[in-house]
Amino acid sequence: MHYAPAPLHIPDGFLNLVVSLIFWALTIIAVGIAISKTNKALGEKQVPLMGIMAAFIFAAQMLNFPVAGGTSGHFLGGALAAIVLGPWAGILVMTAVVAVQGLLFQDGGLLVMGANIFNMGILTAVIGFGLYRIVSGSANKTLKLAVAGVAAWLSTIAAALLTALQLWISGTSSLQIVMPAMLGVHVLIGIGEAIITVAALAFIMQSRPDLLQAEKVAEKGGRGWIAAGVIVSLIAVLLSPLASGDPDGLERVAEDLGFLEVGLDAPYTILPDYTIPFLGETALSTIVAGIVGALVVLGLMVVVGGMLKKRNA
Amino acid sequence: MHADAFDRYYAAESPLHRLDPRVKVVVTVAFILSNALLPDGAWAAFGLGWIFLLLANSASKLGVDFTFRRSFIALPFMLVAVSAIFAPSGQPLAEWTMGGISLVPTDAGLIRFGSILLRTWLSVQAGILLVAVTQFPDLIHAFEHLRVPAVLTTIVAFLYRYLFVLTDEVLRLLRARDSRSAALPGQKSGRTVFWRAQIAGHMAGQMFLRSYERSDRIYNAMLARGYAGQMRTLRAHLMRRRDWLVLSVSILALLFIQLIGRIG
Repeated sequence: MHYAPAPLHIPDGFLNLVVSLIFWALTIIAVGIAISKTNKALGEKQVPLMGIMAAFIFAAQMLNFPVAGGTSGHFLGGALAAIVLGPWAGILVMTAVVAVQGLLFQDGGLLVMGANIFNMGILTAVIGFGLYRIVSGSANKTLKLAVAGVAAWLSTIAAALLTALQLWISGTSSLQIVMPAMLGVHVLIGIGEAIITVAALAFIMQSRPDLLQAEKVAEKGGRGWIAAGVIVSLIAVLLSPLASGDPDGLERVAEDLGFLEVGLDAPYTILPDYTIPFLGETALSTIVAGIVGALVVLGLMVVVGGMLKKRNA
Repeated sequence: MHADAFDRYYAAESPLHRLDPRVKVVVTVAFILSNALLPDGAWAAFGLGWIFLLLANSASKLGVDFTFRRSFIALPFMLVAVSAIFAPSGQPLAEWTMGGISLVPTDAGLIRFGSILLRTWLSVQAGILLVAVTQFPDLIHAFEHLRVPAVLTTIVAFLYRYLFVLTDEVLRLLRARDSRSAALPGQKSGRTVFWRAQIAGHMAGQMFLRSYERSDRIYNAMLARGYAGQMRTLRAHLMRRRDWLVLSVSILALLFIQLIGRIG
């Protein structure tokens, strides 16, 4: 089929039981709340809507665009679903998508499905909607699109970060390899995700502005989401460079595995080794590098948002 | 596209096909759980797990190697576990030098890697067999019986039912893009990567609106036919004596595998 698996679906056997069960518990709590919230807000009408939306996300993941050297960018959709449908409905939609991918296509395991849903559905909804909610009341379209793009980029990176941490805690991969590899790949995948999310939102704003009215968005999730989104995003921004830049003991492996690091990831061309040269190789330096990276993407997204708005207007 | 393009069900008349879907779901999850619980390097227990799987395969009448032939889907993810081979704990086995970088595989790391590989490989096969011998609506019904909230199972049922409709929609969009994107020989079609991503984004937005409006029409049509918030099925799904028997024998077999894994 045309179905292409995204590299974030963990199969069974890669996470140990404790990690799997902890994330199942977190997922069940979040999904339980989401069910009661959407029941109140939409009633029985929600079910067909969310079912079709889940099928939409599933089908939209087939939309690819050639990038370079035979690889192509793909669309994950978690942030877009949360922004347009609201965070709770977004969580339910992504839960259904991940469940069917795991159950029907063995793309992601059953015992680890809790972790997969958490990484790709809940985390992306918190970041995607939380950050967008800051500007949802603003009249500035460019700003809204830019923030949505950053949110989509960050949600992809946060999902990769958490996946890598889970693999590491489970003793499946060493942190020195899995972290830079995962983050490196998803920093790039996230850019594709951001552009697609921004373009899709711009299109929706143009043709059905009623779906994204400020009051409607505010109805779907309160200001509490802003705090949650900002905190989770900050953790992701601060932790990513730290986790991937600091070898953290285990010198022998870290050195020996330089080979694999090179083999699995090629990025970090803008900020060599994810540090700022004049600050030296300290934790401060990597954190600053992370913030600079985030600002660069924010700037890019402002430009992108502006261009898209002009073209559509 | 054909409605069953996404179906993973293989029709056959077999004891496994006739088994109550609840039993199949519970045993599959128990089997995956059992794999996760086995300690690293419990080769005998992993072997027994494989035999369990082969027996299930032959009971499905789809062929003993049915799941084996389809089990390579999880292979790409194996790359992530390769680093476990070089875990610093354990005795170094060798030192390979490749272009100035030396790799030191250790015995403990190798055992860990092999165990992860086997666990994943067995678990993926169990999942493949489950959807091959159970029709998806029955599977959803089983989850409902197992106390998964009806809202969630109904969303999944809708996702499954309309997936091929929306896939058709995506394929039409892709075909339209292809036919617009003519290229001179030797020249690339389309503009920059950014431009291409933007086109994909517009297609996603287009898809979103079409799906959103379609869900409105579907809801109204269902309402007109008496939809009251839940899906109904004509299949009763009653647990018979045979179902209980298979369930208890399978659980006992898995407990035995655990025992072997612990003492081995």
